[in-house]
Amino acid sequence: MSTVKPNYSRPLDLKNGRVDMSHGSGGRAMAQLISELFASAFDNEYLAQGNDGALLPPANGRLVMATDSHVVSPLFFAGGDIGCLSVHGTINDVAVMGAKPLYLSASFILEEGYPLADLKRIVESMAKASREAGVPIVTGDTKVVEQGKGDGVFITTTGVGVVRDGVNLSGDLAQPGDKILLSGTIGDHGMAILSQREGLMFSAPIVSDTAALHGLVAAMIDSGVALRVLRDPTRGGLATTLNEIAKQSGVGMMLQESSIAVNQPVEAACEFLGLDPLYVANEGKLIAICAPQDAARLLEIMRAHPLANAAAIIGEVREDAHGFVQMTTKLGGRRVVDWLAGEQLPRIC
Amino acid sequence: MKYVDEFRDGDLAKNIAANLAREADPKRHYRLMEFCGGHTHAISRYGLADLLPAHVRMIHGPGCPVCVLPIGRVDQATRLAREQGVILCTYADTVRVPASDNLSLMRAKASGADVRMIYSTQDALKVARDNPGREVVFLAIGFETTTPPTAVAIQQAAAEGLKNFSILCDHVLTPAAMHAILAVEGGVSIDGFVGPAHVSTVIGSKPYEPFADDYGKPVVIAGFEPLDVMQAILMLVRQINEGRAAVENEFTRAVTREGNLKAQQLVTDVFELRDVFEWRGLGSVPKSALKLRPKYAAFDAELKFKVDYVAVPDNKACECAAILRGQKRPQECKIFGTVCTPENPVGSCMVSSEGACAAHYSYGRFRESAA
Amino acid sequence: MCLAIPARIEELTTPGNAIVNLGGVRKEISLALINDAAVGDYVIVHVGYALQKLDEEEALRTLEMFAEMGQIDELRSELGAQ
Repeated sequence: MSTVKPNYSRPLDLKNGRVDMSHGSGGRAMAQLISELFASAFDNEYLAQGNDGALLPPANGRLVMATDSHVVSPLFFAGGDIGCLSVHGTINDVAVMGAKPLYLSASFILEEGYPLADLKRIVESMAKASREAGVPIVTGDTKVVEQGKGDGVFITTTGVGVVRDGVNLSGDLAQPGDKILLSGTIGDHGMAILSQREGLMFSAPIVSDTAALHGLVAAMIDSGVALRVLRDPTRGGLATTLNEIAKQSGVGMMLQESSIAVNQPVEAACEFLGLDPLYVANEGKLIAICAPQDAARLLEIMRAHPLANAAAIIGEVREDAHGFVQMTTKLGGRRVVDWLAGEQLPRIC
Repeated sequence: MKYVDEFRDGDLAKNIAANLAREADPKRHYRLMEFCGGHTHAISRYGLADLLPAHVRMIHGPGCPVCVLPIGRVDQATRLAREQGVILCTYADTVRVPASDNLSLMRAKASGADVRMIYSTQDALKVARDNPGREVVFLAIGFETTTPPTAVAIQQAAAEGLKNFSILCDHVLTPAAMHAILAVEGGVSIDGFVGPAHVSTVIGSKPYEPFADDYGKPVVIAGFEPLDVMQAILMLVRQINEGRAAVENEFTRAVTREGNLKAQQLVTDVFELRDVFEWRGLGSVPKSALKLRPKYAAFDAELKFKVDYVAVPDNKACECAAILRGQKRPQECKIFGTVCTPENPVGSCMVSSEGACAAHYSYGRFRESAA
Repeated sequence: MCLAIPARIEELTTPGNAIVNLGGVRKEISLALINDAAVGDYVIVHVGYALQKLDEEEALRTLEMFAEMGQIDELRSELGAQ
């Protein structure tokens, strides 16, 4: 990314202007977009180097890298927007590897005609999320596609972090007897999004839970408990994430439905649409699997953190050659919590 | 949530389960069919089978309109969407049903057809109003619960003079399906029925009286929540113990003997009986489905467009016909869980999450594997 | 059959419609299939329509029924059978 001397061009019309093809062409217009919008919002020493890539100091530990593309629609929703979502999501992916997130990159695919005022809101939201998390956006890219070939804005963020010595978290490390902990309520993000989509409008007080979890993860790791797996249950929900871990580790699981918390409006919205909260996306929650003797202490540490006040032990890992994730229902019966068969769709019957 | 949470109370469930354990005669087997897919779902989702005595067995019936919708009827919808460029509006339940040519409505959408999932027939009307230059077709499926909403939409479309709205009418009738199950050579060994909840709010409890009278099978109409289902099972067990066969109503908070007369009148105004209709898994059943009356012919997509119904037979290995009648269990079908899975459903029982096979696969197959 | 839920009528809107509330989620639905609906009534909602009013007295009676001790077969209980 190159800097542009401001007195060579008229400032961007951030109030009424729109993205046009020149903003992606690599020329002066693009440089202006980058400098006046992105660079000024994300402003940090690495970005200020002004090169195609960011030169970073040596890392003192094993590196973790994670990437995520964000195509959420609508772009703005109760509790957040595609901007902060893209920052939180990648920070979380790095954090659940047991790594301290250090740097982010951000690539934008913009649709011709997208209002600059809205883009500014998104970028400022990203900048705020990045600042609050203490993880700078050090490099990035911008492309523009013709009208009709995009959904307004697509964002891809990649994150890099460092894992301390002795920390080893992986989906294949769950062992029979381990306890499964969940950091809070499920289904908030997915239902907040669904609440705004055309054709399924609810005026419901459901707010996305999008949040950066690296602080919580750091507290959990610092406690010294024997952590096996950390994961954030995003698309596909809690059920999908647990099934993935069960498969990776070659184990089964038994959950207690009564310890899995769902906010009432989320539960009600799911009832309306015939959806199961277990399969609805979350963006500010994590699952932790730890040795049984450490579960009580881990729970205490989690509950002491503002993002995990409602943490709970929701079940345990067990021997199971078939890898079933099962659940004791609120009524005392047993059911399987299976993989999602395709995207969960609302039902009439 | 009021009138929901109380009907899912764990302590009350234990009480009803205790009553069942006490009253179900250990010397006999009780084979009960829950007709309605919503009940199948409740039983699976809450693991109710674990709360019933071992000799009380639930057989999953055909009360899932998606499951019994023949492939040929989905083909009509995909053809209209792909070949005639209509905007095809549908409830989300149908979009994954596999149809001919390796298509489903979802795949048709992926190949460029304009398929839209809607929540209410009002949404379909809105699509028609917002797109005056396009034809809008609504795939109207469902039992008697879902038919009145279609009737309202047709009447509204007529009143507004909407020229670009029509429906593919696949509405079916519950009592006819129950007859088809029971009227089998040599009888079926089903001892009683848990009657549908919301169908009954519309049609009332009266239409079930012939089953009790003619076939000697008790029917207990149950509400939608797990406690409702358990209590209804208890009421059936009691009737069977006492040698009675009557229609009883557990869902008194929403069902009366007469039902919702206003909704019934609306349906009668808009629809009439088809002589015969093919049901997936049950074959052709007389007087079991509806079509639009001649005065509403302008809204009948089968008349408006060239899209005849072409029957498509099911896979030979598919045992749905026997499973829907409770004569076989899902695990007794050769292709269950191997070729036929929820991701790749071969027969009707696997198509929707409430079909007997899908429910067993998703919620119950772990019981076989004794984990 | 058919997914339907009981919700409370919060507000009557354009003729024939109402806003219902279930656990904090509000949605506009049609009242075309029922008569005499009033704010405060509970209705069963299916695909955007109220199908029937919920009889609150019957609901309470049903809950009481769930809590009843079942008929005990005197003979079997004497024999101590479960």
